[in-house]
Amino acid sequence: MSAAHPAHRELDDMLGRRWRKPHLIARPWLRWTLGIGLAVYLVAAFLTIPVDWHRVYEGLDRGWQFVLAFTTPDFVTRFADIREGMIESIIMTVAASVVGIAISIPIGLGAARNIAPLPVYMICRGIVAVSRALQEIIVAILLVAIFGFGPLAGFFTLSFATIGFLSKLLAEDIESMDRVQAEAIRASGASWMQWINYGVQPQVMPRLIGLSMYRLDINFRESAILGLVGAGGIGATLNTAFDRYEYDTAAAILIIIIVIVMGLEYLSGLIRGRVQ
Amino acid sequence: MPVIESNGGQIWRRRDRTQTLLRWGMWLIGTAVFLYCWKQISDATTWFFVWDAPRIANDIWTRATPPKWEYITQLGRPIWDTLNIATLGTMISLCIAVPVAFLAARNTTPSRFIIRPLALLIIVSTRSINSLIWALLLIAIIGPGVLAGVVAIAIRSIGFCAKLLYEAIEEIDESQVEAVTATGASRWQVMAYGIVPQILPAFAGIAVFRWDINIRESTVLGLVGAGGIGLQLQSSLNVLAWPQVSLILLVILLAVVISEWVSAKVRGAII
Repeated sequence: MSAAHPAHRELDDMLGRRWRKPHLIARPWLRWTLGIGLAVYLVAAFLTIPVDWHRVYEGLDRGWQFVLAFTTPDFVTRFADIREGMIESIIMTVAASVVGIAISIPIGLGAARNIAPLPVYMICRGIVAVSRALQEIIVAILLVAIFGFGPLAGFFTLSFATIGFLSKLLAEDIESMDRVQAEAIRASGASWMQWINYGVQPQVMPRLIGLSMYRLDINFRESAILGLVGAGGIGATLNTAFDRYEYDTAAAILIIIIVIVMGLEYLSGLIRGRVQ
Repeated sequence: MPVIESNGGQIWRRRDRTQTLLRWGMWLIGTAVFLYCWKQISDATTWFFVWDAPRIANDIWTRATPPKWEYITQLGRPIWDTLNIATLGTMISLCIAVPVAFLAARNTTPSRFIIRPLALLIIVSTRSINSLIWALLLIAIIGPGVLAGVVAIAIRSIGFCAKLLYEAIEEIDESQVEAVTATGASRWQVMAYGIVPQILPAFAGIAVFRWDINIRESTVLGLVGAGGIGLQLQSSLNVLAWPQVSLILLVILLAVVISEWVSAKVRGAII
């Protein structure tokens, strides 16, 4: 009876043996290769990292001071600098998000295979790939070299980064939309604009709004570091505070950033809940 | 259904009058805010430099090409450091993110009113601060070097990994957990046989995804002195060695593309 069916034989083999958890990686050779490779890599990595334990030990005290600074953040001493930097960060964030979203909508449409013809698709996907591959801070360095110091470089950086992020996700959303609705609009004799406006846009709008809010949040977080390379925003103030070991001011800035990010996240949650 | 009367006939409209007015008002406010922001940026900009930008860009381009290929021999060690920062940072952050995620998930947290908000606070605060800022801070504390980079990446990744992981934990199938509990398993056995197998694929996916992001981030950590290829970038920028800069940027671009490819492949194999 047991020999009749392969599944039964498998069951018979297992009977009488203790059950063991199946492995995450089923193939033994792959599992062992990965495991041994990882171990070798870890040893090599640890051996090549130079660590000055004495310096680390000395630094623990400063680290503790910084933790303490979070309990007594100093918003007052550098209030003017913090306010100016924060306002510049927020302004950059808002302007760059608006421009970035406005540009990424046509590019997103162009990068969706079910809407755009092949040449347009290739160009738009190329733009998306370039924008995603270059990090904000590197773009910022180049743009500061080209446009000079100030928030304009930061504004361009954030807009550029927004395009890659939003266009890609928007294009994916358009590609996975329900074709039936769009076709129904087209069958009623709609022009291309009307087709996009009434057939495609209502389907992707909730997600577009959600993604835009998310990107606004990311842009604000990124704007906090652009100042490190001279592209405007709170980063310059923060850098100065660290350089001068003014931990209480640095803590104050970090707390403001965290609070604003939390606020934005809460707001985007509310807005996403409403539109979906 | 909103309609408009014209010549005795009814024509369909998408929105009625109040909605239209409301929308119009919102657009007006939005445009005003944007224009104000643009005005501020514009005031803070030296426009002479901007009009001069094409010439400068062209100038930099001619200086930066062709890249100084032989400089690649000096980039081996920095690339290795960058890889270590990303990989070790990801591993350390995962070790911390797993317990935090279990404490933050509604169905596994030991206490909803004390520990869960604390875990969520850890997640939000580590997530909202960029790794470059963490690196700045750690350099002030433990001195410049690869270690500061590893720790910066580790701290920054905790929030990201823990957030995705606790969402995965909250979405598990409770019936499996109940089945394991019904066999008389202890709390830890329920964890190991009821919950962990369900989130393991998500965990692996998150780990690889974050590793990919960390490769990107660790390439620039050197700009503030935290080791890796960014150090070389910074020193080349400081001496205006544009051919070296362009080579480093190419290497970074290649690293980003490779890591993205690896992560896509691994995630494809898992899911």
